[in-house]
Amino acid sequence: MDFGFSEEQNLLREQVLRFMTEACPLSVVRTQNGALPRELWRQAADLGWLALIVPEAYGGVGLKWIDLAVVLEETGRGLSPLPIISQALAATAIGRSAGDGVKGEWLPRIAAGEAVFGVGLYDDPTWIDPQGIRLEGVRTLTGAKRYVSDATAATHFLLATRTDDELNLVIVDANHATLTAQPGIDRTKPFGTATLDGVAPLAAFPISADDLAFLTDCGAVAVTLEAIGAAEAVLELTTEYANNRIQFDNPIGKYQGVKHRLADMFVDIESFKSLAYYAAWAIDEAPDELPRAASLAKAYASDAFARIGIDGVGLHGAIGFTAEYDAQLYLKRSKWVRSAFGDADYHYQRAAAIGGL
Amino acid sequence: MDFDFTPEEQAFRAEVREFLAENLPPRAERGRGFMGEWLKQVRNRRWVGFSWPEEYGGGAGSLTEQAILKEEMALAGAPPLGTSFMGLAWVGPGIIQYGTDEQKQRFIPDILDSKVNWCTGYSEPNHGSDLAAIQTKAERVGDHYRVNGQKIWTTGAPWADWIILLTRTEFEVERKHDGITCLLVPMDSPGIEVRPIENMAGDRNFAEVFFTDVQVPVENRLGEEGKGWAVTISALANERSSIGEVTQMFAKLESLKNLVRSTTRQGKPAADDPAVRRRIAEFEAKIAAMKYNGLRYLTKQLRGEPLSSETSVNKLHRASLEIEMDDFALELTGLAGVQLPGSEDAVDGGRWARSSLGWPGVVIGGGTPNIQRNIIAERILGLPKD
Repeated sequence: MDFGFSEEQNLLREQVLRFMTEACPLSVVRTQNGALPRELWRQAADLGWLALIVPEAYGGVGLKWIDLAVVLEETGRGLSPLPIISQALAATAIGRSAGDGVKGEWLPRIAAGEAVFGVGLYDDPTWIDPQGIRLEGVRTLTGAKRYVSDATAATHFLLATRTDDELNLVIVDANHATLTAQPGIDRTKPFGTATLDGVAPLAAFPISADDLAFLTDCGAVAVTLEAIGAAEAVLELTTEYANNRIQFDNPIGKYQGVKHRLADMFVDIESFKSLAYYAAWAIDEAPDELPRAASLAKAYASDAFARIGIDGVGLHGAIGFTAEYDAQLYLKRSKWVRSAFGDADYHYQRAAAIGGL
Repeated sequence: MDFDFTPEEQAFRAEVREFLAENLPPRAERGRGFMGEWLKQVRNRRWVGFSWPEEYGGGAGSLTEQAILKEEMALAGAPPLGTSFMGLAWVGPGIIQYGTDEQKQRFIPDILDSKVNWCTGYSEPNHGSDLAAIQTKAERVGDHYRVNGQKIWTTGAPWADWIILLTRTEFEVERKHDGITCLLVPMDSPGIEVRPIENMAGDRNFAEVFFTDVQVPVENRLGEEGKGWAVTISALANERSSIGEVTQMFAKLESLKNLVRSTTRQGKPAADDPAVRRRIAEFEAKIAAMKYNGLRYLTKQLRGEPLSSETSVNKLHRASLEIEMDDFALELTGLAGVQLPGSEDAVDGGRWARSSLGWPGVVIGGGTPNIQRNIIAERILGLPKD
């Protein structure tokens, strides 16, 4: 029984933390406009983070999602704009569902960061189900895929399509598509609509409904892992403010209206952290338990982090509302987190069904 | 990270399961002699005081084995391992840590053998959450302390044999945490009067306890004079993993799901109502969070890393679940839900209605939710004290 991280994982955490502090502080994050930050991406590749969960046979490090969890938690803490989640989902999908040829061609390029992936699964933003996939075709594609994650940073898109009775994933060269960037609340999580006009994908493979659900669960867990770091950053920022801001002759953190809200934030973060670690572990070690674990973690985090984002701004008073102050950046992230890969209601309803209701 | 147990730990779990299969009949079949036999059996296996050192008659079980034992006992719906919850939970550990050799020999075996029941004299009429401000006075008179004052909300006082009593021996102190002295007092001492208080469920488990010139021999002092606060704190910290509780909460959640399955609202199955389904799943997420929080904190302890006040996290979850799960059951079942045992319309024999009146024992005893929030805010986050 050991529900903690290893020495290697702790060293990895320190490495990511150092990278985020030195190379990607919030002052740098604020300058991002949706394009790939090439130099940061190269460094992330050099440090092996993009290769982490790619099998060694395909040029990867051959580690697991629970190792990647450490990277996501710490990049999330600093609101990193790097499309690591999309990249990891592409690696996971190809590794699980594609044939050897596709794996041999694409996994090494993913591990090296040469191919940068945006991912588009569901066309309907509120329907996580094979029926939410509308784009048709597999050999040539005509139509639009909306809500493609990290679309403006990507060199390639991994898109879900449907044919008569099958679901497919296709890899499309970003240059073969017409991309319309969609402005969103969180600029570190850019979206786009990829319009395809008779485009032949570079690769295509069928994916089962179960594997699609697995991939979606990996996305939900990944988002929750980033949210841990982000929520802890809000708590730290707000606690520091509450310790220093004097009103009515006392630091406002002395007043229970403030300190109890901060304590509740701690309770919630500890809790979705535990749920998310377990879910991340289950991806590789207990995949049968993943649907329940992922849904409980994402459901809890979606509501809790949304509230933390709002209160992080609110407890600061007017200064929290300013563009200059960092609390607002986390509020924006929390809005994206809530809806990405299923919101609280979707996941609670799913957990109820899994739990036998 | 792994959730596997060592072969030794697995063998221990198997041993506990085997024992329970052989020695724990279903609730309905537990006859009059059952409890005495049960206590003897678990005592023989050294599962009572399982975390205590062997030299005092404990089981010297590892942290993981303690968790396994608690989990299996809870899964099987087993009765407690002793009749004195407080004796086992903190009086015994406190005596092991702070007591003299003579006190250990005198008190520990009786706790392990369920021969004496303990109660805890902490709260006073004017000092509950602000425990360190207690005023019950103990004056040194020769080889005795003379105790005067009043305790209240003393759970178990109506039938306890002994009380672990927090008194003040010094009133002129800079910090109110100083000058507190912990005494072990027989409840049949002359000058002690117990007046039971009826709670909202109609039970008379707790009481006011009055002390008038009660003489307590100096040899019954636990720890040094004036250092009783440290005894209190470390004794309360002896409550370790919440794994047994979590197992009970999961069992309660299953009962609640069964209730949902058998209930209709406005003529339609409650189980089809998304609002109902969501509440159940929210409970499950909280209980699962308690489980994995508990395992993370257990791992910290196993690695020898100090635990701060993280256990307050699960105490807060438990507090809200204790209230909300019963309350949800009542709301779900309409006016049938508020019927008590004895009513022919009572839901599940009135179980939910009854426990909806019982939560303060868990939620308020041992520190209210707001005190837990203060603890987290001050000790973990480093915010200023009130």
